[in-house]
Amino acid sequence: VELNRRDFLKLSVAGTGGLLLYGIMEGDKALAFSRQMPLKKKVGERTTVCPYCGVGCSAIMAVEDSKITNIEGDPDSPINEGSLCSKGASLYQVANNQYRETNPKLRGAGATEWTETNWDDAIAALAARIKETRDATFVEVDKDGNIVNRTEAIASIGSVFPNSEEAYLMSKMLRALGIVFIENEARICVSAAIAADGETVGRGPMSNHWIDLVNSDCIMVIGGNIAESFPVAFKWVTRARNKGTKIIHVDPRFTRTSAKADLYASVRPGTDIAFVGGIIRYVLDDMESNPGNYNMTYVREYTDAPFLINPDFAGPADTLNGLFSGWDGSKYDNKTWAYQSDPDQPENIKKDPTLTDSHCVFQLLRKHFARYTDDKVVEITGTDKSTFQEICRTYAATGQRGKAGAVVFSSSACQRTMGTQTVRTFGILQLLLANMGVAGGGLDGITGAVNGLGCTLQGLVNHWLPGADSVRPPSTTEQRVSEYGADKARLTSLLKAWYGDIDYNTSFNYLPKRGGDYSWQPLFKAIEDGVTKGLICWGINPVVSGPNSGSILQALQKLDWIAVIDLWETETTAFWKPAAGANPTEINTEVFLLPAAHSLEKEGSVCNSSRWNQWRYQGATPPGDAKSDLWIINKLVLKLKELYAGQTGKNAAAITHLTWEYGEPPDVHLVAKEMNGYDLKTGTLLTSPGNLKDDGTTSCGNWLWCGMYTGDGNMAARRDTTDPSSIGLFPGWGWAWPLNRRIMYNRASVDLDGTPWDIARPVIAWDGSQWVGDVPDGGWPPVSESEKYPFIMKSQGRGCLFGPGRPDGPFPEHYEPWESPLANYMSPQQNNPVIKSWETLARGNPTEHPIVATTNRMVEHLHTGAITRRLSWLVEMMPEMFVELSRELAEEKGIKGGDTVIIESARGSIRAKAVVTARLKPYRVNGTTVHYINLPWNWGYMGLSKGDSGNRLTARMGDPNTGIPEFRGFLCNMHKG
Amino acid sequence: MAKAILYDSTLCTACRACQVACKQWNNNDGVETVNLGSYENPPELTPETWLKIEFREVEREGKVGWLFNRRACMHCTEAVCVRVCPTGALTHHELGFVTYDKDLCSGCGYCVDFCPFNVPRSDRNLITGLAKMDKCTFCTTPGFDRLSAGYEPACVKSCPTDALKYGDRDELVVEARQRVQVLKTEGHTNAYLYGEEELGGLHVMYVLDDSPEVYGLPVHPEVPAAAIAWQDVIQPLGWAVGGLALIGLGLNYLVARKAKMTRELPDKKEKSNATRS
Repeated sequence: VELNRRDFLKLSVAGTGGLLLYGIMEGDKALAFSRQMPLKKKVGERTTVCPYCGVGCSAIMAVEDSKITNIEGDPDSPINEGSLCSKGASLYQVANNQYRETNPKLRGAGATEWTETNWDDAIAALAARIKETRDATFVEVDKDGNIVNRTEAIASIGSVFPNSEEAYLMSKMLRALGIVFIENEARICVSAAIAADGETVGRGPMSNHWIDLVNSDCIMVIGGNIAESFPVAFKWVTRARNKGTKIIHVDPRFTRTSAKADLYASVRPGTDIAFVGGIIRYVLDDMESNPGNYNMTYVREYTDAPFLINPDFAGPADTLNGLFSGWDGSKYDNKTWAYQSDPDQPENIKKDPTLTDSHCVFQLLRKHFARYTDDKVVEITGTDKSTFQEICRTYAATGQRGKAGAVVFSSSACQRTMGTQTVRTFGILQLLLANMGVAGGGLDGITGAVNGLGCTLQGLVNHWLPGADSVRPPSTTEQRVSEYGADKARLTSLLKAWYGDIDYNTSFNYLPKRGGDYSWQPLFKAIEDGVTKGLICWGINPVVSGPNSGSILQALQKLDWIAVIDLWETETTAFWKPAAGANPTEINTEVFLLPAAHSLEKEGSVCNSSRWNQWRYQGATPPGDAKSDLWIINKLVLKLKELYAGQTGKNAAAITHLTWEYGEPPDVHLVAKEMNGYDLKTGTLLTSPGNLKDDGTTSCGNWLWCGMYTGDGNMAARRDTTDPSSIGLFPGWGWAWPLNRRIMYNRASVDLDGTPWDIARPVIAWDGSQWVGDVPDGGWPPVSESEKYPFIMKSQGRGCLFGPGRPDGPFPEHYEPWESPLANYMSPQQNNPVIKSWETLARGNPTEHPIVATTNRMVEHLHTGAITRRLSWLVEMMPEMFVELSRELAEEKGIKGGDTVIIESARGSIRAKAVVTARLKPYRVNGTTVHYINLPWNWGYMGLSKGDSGNRLTARMGDPNTGIPEFRGFLCNMHKG
Repeated sequence: MAKAILYDSTLCTACRACQVACKQWNNNDGVETVNLGSYENPPELTPETWLKIEFREVEREGKVGWLFNRRACMHCTEAVCVRVCPTGALTHHELGFVTYDKDLCSGCGYCVDFCPFNVPRSDRNLITGLAKMDKCTFCTTPGFDRLSAGYEPACVKSCPTDALKYGDRDELVVEARQRVQVLKTEGHTNAYLYGEEELGGLHVMYVLDDSPEVYGLPVHPEVPAAAIAWQDVIQPLGWAVGGLALIGLGLNYLVARKAKMTRELPDKKEKSNATRS
């Protein structure tokens, strides 16, 4: 879209954002300025989406001679209205950067330097390596005779930054090769939120969207730091606060979010279950005394509160020493965690609508959380009692009909061995307060990267194909398409997209079958153990981001080969260099460095945390010979097809029959259309997942994306700034999956007859014959007519207070982090009973390592800092690795602000600059003083600003649900350096 | 109609988009810094950093607070820099603020020395005296004049939380007064609108939830007497006797020496009980 500035100004003024920002400008233009000369640089015309966090701010690029000369916020975007944060404002320096890689490079075994090469040779060599490793290790049939068609010898990690179309092709290529170790950053970022919210309400992502935060009456940020990690989202928090919304922040650290909160509670790391458990207990007690203050119809009708549970079910409240019934010493048998059946009741489930039966979920919940008294909460969390009580009252007030509260959280709620259960407490609270589905409500688990959601949902995690849960990759025993039941149409349509005319029963077995846990931590263990010999890294930097990153550094040295596709020579790329503390001559790993184009240099769609897909256009030409991921994948697949042509064994058909006609260079629009899907009889693009057929007559690469690229065009590219909803849905801006629905579970925002609980902020309403407003979450008439309940992804349509599907218990229970200076004050069960460990190094004990530590990120640096530590504007503001510590601890250790200090854990030791602050305080728990420090994880040994990585200290522990590591709460010690 | 920027510190999250957006639009490089035990950096304004956000930790009523403040040219109505500038490089724009034409700057450094807010920055060679001053130009630098092209200043455009606003000064004063009133009713009894009256009215005004000294702002900024003498007496005299070059060079050295000492003693004009962190 090439527009001149005048057109752009008109375009801006036409939009709401444009009016806001440029309305006041129009008057000035009439002024005759005394010294006026033409601008030496343009402001910007071509639009893109900022590549950093999950907010998805739109930006405008000025392009001259194929170079970007200016980038600033896009005033038309209803999300960011022209603003950006400091990272977004620094994008110019990504596009114009001396550190960018411009040519493919190779490093041979034992070599001390790179050798420059060209794309033809680099791709030919990489394809040969892939084929060699694959064919030498490929398993077609396992010992039980199951077709498995997989190799565990090649792994792929990354990413969350490519466009969705690139991630889709990446996934398609990797699966066709039979690769099963496929992971990205989502695993170690917020995977626990997906598991938890899936259990509670049916879907993982943020249930509403950024702008909707302005509709909240109270926003509780817990286990997240929205002002720093998602700065522009704070626009909507600020707008809400300006009109009287209360902002609560619960966090171990007083951050830039706390600075703008009405109520701030400091909690010891790893104790959010106790804190929120206490709020749940308050709400349940208050419901008894003041039922009129709550929407009891919602609780009774839209949740499983009235469902009766097996009378043999027991939990920690029944003196089981912190455990639930079914414990066999190493894991749970969950047969007692089940609903009582009753053939005379609908859904064959016994229910008590009065919520008084002692076996109903509501009463079991009361019993479970009754132990989370104010005093117990204070004892465990170290929080201030009166602040806690005020937070209980303030947040519980959102339970009234017509009131809405949002729980906003991110990685810090998730990155712990209790991550999933922590997020479960948020969901339980939101269901009890009738905050799901309504405007200003929601479970807002924020993904950390711009396309974290978009990439992960293309199947860049081992347990999803494109389209997530319902099209999971088959396991070893799933030998037939019929295993997919009601989801069969989604899978067969995917198979038709990938294998065209091949019968889907045949192509189903082209797919590799999973035979174990292939998630992040086992993946690196497999490298360490020599099982995995080749690794492909797409714009990901595990040497900085992974738990116990020193172990990852060592594991990489055991690889036969590694291919890194990145903008820069990252820490992961340079693991063999002296900068990493390595001796190159002793490392025989062959390294491919393939220079990638940045998002500003390519075209495609990205999906923000709130599920909005937005299209980005190419601005600059990539530097030198850098290429987009799309181009690289295309070239690699075409080469592999060439290598496998004529071969019959080793499931070669999966590669040779793979549909792959995107042109050269590949056309991103063809990929987007393949994802959307076609009616194969007519050749027309589908319009909705409802069109999918299980008879092989439809193709669809990703059913969630079905509807984004239809006969009416590219929906993600839409830029309509009007909002007919009056609650900020902006349905014509981009396209939200599923079906352009902006607020999920919105059928819970209305009563049984379809009338909104909140007349002033209706999301949808039944007008007697149809729904008006947002796209309804399920098109059936209201519940009273259809008996279709609002949480349609759950089997009974109800939100689940009781979560029998989790391996660590149906209700959240407080356990201590793996490394903790304190005993569990709630029960004798110290840790999550089904905690996962891949750690081979020691566990820190509180005598040697008495200080609790967490890691964090900040406004100025993103993730491993691979990008931001190479931009002088950001490095100027945050130049060095640092550690935040309290004044009390500083005094004890003789440390002053700006001193270099050494921090040690049982895994390693790092150096950092001391930031001594009143914002961190020691916790006084039961007469014990617990000191607490915080470390950013954004540094590494390459780049403009170098420093030690906080992850040298963290441990390879995991939540049993997703294996997410425990970055938020581990033990260390420190002294002056 | 005078224009102004309104900075509402109570809405600022210190994301520092403004600090970077200023550099991006004005083509200013990053400055090499070290961590001095604080989030704040660079420690002072520099010729390449015309705007920075300050971080202050306070304890009020037993609670920790983190206060953010914007530091850049205040665009005074009674602008000392305009008075002392011998070349006309610094002038009042017709919209009220102080604009700057670097091509006209002789590098004399008088503005650097006399600014009551310690804002202008100039790196000079101590022997030749050759230097150029730099400061915020309200995005009206010739060739990079956003205002006359119909755009807001870069810092205002970037701000995610509306902590920075650009508009008619009169209207912003009304809005800011209301905002201060709200803060007072919320219990911030020292809430203050800084810049409404100071130095004849600043064109960058501040909504503060506490008194100016808590934010490191001078409570009674003044035009130094020496500056009045310079413009009204010495400068015409200098022209008259034709000894400008000689006097200028001599003063140059003195001012340069003083400016150097100023840089070594940052914050000399700021008195604050708050910790910068």
